[in-house]
Amino acid sequence: MAWLTTTDHKKIGTLYLHTSLFFFVLGGLEAVLMRWQLMQPNMTVVSAEQFNQLFTMHGTTMVFLAIMPLSAAFFNYLIPLQLGARDVAFPRLNAFSYWVYLFGGLFITLPIFVWLAPDGGWFAYAPLSGRTSSPGINMDFWVLGIQILGVSSLAAAFNFATTIINMRAPGMNLMRMPMFTWMSFVTQFLIILAFPVITIALVFLQFDRFFGTNFYQISAGADPLLWQHLFWIFGHPEVYILILPAFGLVSEVLPTNSKKPLFGYPVMAYSGILIGFLGFGVWAHHMFAAGMGRVADTVFGLTTMLIAIPTGVKIFNWIFTMWGGSLRFTTAMKFAIALIAMFTIGGISGITHSSPPSDLQQTDTYYIVAHFHYVLFGGAIMGIFAGIYHYFPKMYGRYMSEGMGSWHFWLTFIGLNLTFFPMHFSGMLGMPRRIYTYDAGQGWELFNMISTIGAFLLAPATLIFIFNFFRSKKGGAPAPANAWDAPTLEWSIPSPPPEYNFAQIPVVHSRYPLWDLTHPERTQDIPHTEEGWKTAERHTGEHHAGQAAMGDIADMHIETERRTARELGIPMPSPTIKPMWTALGMVIMFCGLLFLPRGMKVPAFTLMFGGAGLMIASLYAWLTTPLEEAH
Amino acid sequence: MTTHAEAAHGHHYTTTGLDHRKIAIWAFIGSECMLFASLISTYLVYKGRSLVGPLPHTAGTNAAGQPTVPILDIPVTSASTFVLLMSSLAMVLALAAVQNKDKPVPADAGAWTKALASSKLWLWMTCILGATFLGFQAYEFTSFVHEGLTIKTNLFGSTFFTLTGFHGAHVTAGVIWLGTLLAIDYKRGLGPKDAINVDIAALYWHFVDVIWIAIFTLIYLIPD
Repeated sequence: MAWLTTTDHKKIGTLYLHTSLFFFVLGGLEAVLMRWQLMQPNMTVVSAEQFNQLFTMHGTTMVFLAIMPLSAAFFNYLIPLQLGARDVAFPRLNAFSYWVYLFGGLFITLPIFVWLAPDGGWFAYAPLSGRTSSPGINMDFWVLGIQILGVSSLAAAFNFATTIINMRAPGMNLMRMPMFTWMSFVTQFLIILAFPVITIALVFLQFDRFFGTNFYQISAGADPLLWQHLFWIFGHPEVYILILPAFGLVSEVLPTNSKKPLFGYPVMAYSGILIGFLGFGVWAHHMFAAGMGRVADTVFGLTTMLIAIPTGVKIFNWIFTMWGGSLRFTTAMKFAIALIAMFTIGGISGITHSSPPSDLQQTDTYYIVAHFHYVLFGGAIMGIFAGIYHYFPKMYGRYMSEGMGSWHFWLTFIGLNLTFFPMHFSGMLGMPRRIYTYDAGQGWELFNMISTIGAFLLAPATLIFIFNFFRSKKGGAPAPANAWDAPTLEWSIPSPPPEYNFAQIPVVHSRYPLWDLTHPERTQDIPHTEEGWKTAERHTGEHHAGQAAMGDIADMHIETERRTARELGIPMPSPTIKPMWTALGMVIMFCGLLFLPRGMKVPAFTLMFGGAGLMIASLYAWLTTPLEEAH
Repeated sequence: MTTHAEAAHGHHYTTTGLDHRKIAIWAFIGSECMLFASLISTYLVYKGRSLVGPLPHTAGTNAAGQPTVPILDIPVTSASTFVLLMSSLAMVLALAAVQNKDKPVPADAGAWTKALASSKLWLWMTCILGATFLGFQAYEFTSFVHEGLTIKTNLFGSTFFTLTGFHGAHVTAGVIWLGTLLAIDYKRGLGPKDAINVDIAALYWHFVDVIWIAIFTLIYLIPD
């Protein structure tokens, strides 16, 4: 029950982590089934229709239900801790985001268990995904499900953007924020600006499918490229939404385990912003084969090549961070280094298709599949694993087993390369993506066999990780507050953190406040000022009611005492179930729409009005209750 | 003498000194800009590509081969645009009235000064003007349907009804939001400490107005 009503960002982060790991395993099993089907020519493990559902749901699950929410787990857990805050700006909105994600995730996932899942590919190109070409309920689940998940992402993005702008500890100016929070900050803006575009694209598709409008009706004069443009204006920023948080995580792991400050910190922040900015100007490189014309192809080819520059800057800065450091090869560090290497491979194959003539050879082949798995598995997932091993001691007060971690790392590393490296060759030999089987004699057999063996290695690797994760929660070696001798605020409080996070909000004088205390020699070359206290005084003078609140803010220190919020007089948000009911009402409303095109008006309108009623009533009840109970 | 908890409760430390809600509403408005940008650009991309009438600014032929007249009624929509713009003025006065609630109005003040100090009056005004705009839109939609233009008729119908319908839904949400504030005003009176709640509602309301100016210019005023 406490989990249903929680508004604590750490508990919500934990919920996100467990739910998204569940979906990660599910998406992985879908991939294993596909690799099994493709192991040899003309296999019949699954049918063509089932294969369509598997690749659609594998992509949808990994993008929207695994990587994004795994990042959200870290946003939730880490952003307030790294900022020196006691919670996010809107704790109940945060709970609402999680519940929408959970219900939306189930809405779009459960149909696969009865083979009624979406089957139009994860980018659901219209008109293929329209009612004429996809008459079944399958794509209805996708159109409505992605719409639901968008609400969750947007609500969370407003929340985190506000938190980062407005809840930094005194003295923490933007250039002192930990790099994970920086990359999360950029990510929130990408979500805020990219998700409305897919929302509208989905509204058009939804109206076409449910109400007979003409947005994607070619026979009514519609443009067959409209969906592609709208989708990729969202879709390309989306890939940076997936990768930037992982970049942020390894930017925490690498300096800590190299015992050196991050190399080129300001440039790392600027290159993150530049990646986000350029990310909105490259979308049509997904459409070189669509015949947009020479000018469009050239412009988008050039902008795509440009984006390699800030990304390359990051790669080199990570390498220079390690250069000359005394490296400590924890499991997290291994995953972080693997990200650098694997993402570089994916980045280089990415440059090969920034050139339209070269892309025409590669598009829709397994070469593309190889490319985006190197950046998303080799990049995002490796970074997220690095983050999990690194932050597990903070979350649970115990270390994960390094022995099992090593097995997990090496099996994943080998499995990933075995699975995806041969796809470069099968793709160049002309094997199209998304085919459910193939004939012998085209030179694809060996590469497919190796890919499948690799996938069969990734499955036990993940199993080891899951076992390690759950066993270490109870049986891992106890971890101190600063488990890795790290430099940022989240490590200055006990592990796991008390509900209020910081008994006293620390004043920050540099970007590595904890190393200023424990290893001043490491932070000699980074900027320090006394400005921290001045901001604290100015703001407390303007906005706090006198001396009592000043006692809430203290110079940088390490907290070891664990007392309750009540003892310390820190107001905590009251637990509430209303955000969950609001989320449930919204999802019930969308469920009602499923019945509409099937002539079942009674269940349709009952669920739609019932759901809307529940949503509005819970929302009003939520908004009219104060956040904190009166003390 | 306030206790520690009360002090912290009423005055959370924030980096910018602004209320969280103020920052969140700006982030939300940024997102809404992209929402309407997608709707408006789709309308413009599909402009002049409908295969059958009715058409916005020119005569055409409908699917049955009968002639259709230019369907947009610019004088009527100019009137509704004026109404919506006036609602923004009322909104500004409502916010000012709430912010200045603790400043006493002199007993010998004129009727206009007394009226300016009434948050209820200006919230009512904003709601009524907003609802009037919605009435105009309902009239416009029904008359279009009578003239044979529905959301299914052609590309113009699909894009027009979806775009203006989205805007209308935003106005509706705004009227409900302002109505809720009005109900609170009747229940316990809105004062300067509630100003932030009226402020964010006002920002939303002005945004919805500004978007309408873009829609009115691009769709009604610029001919094919």
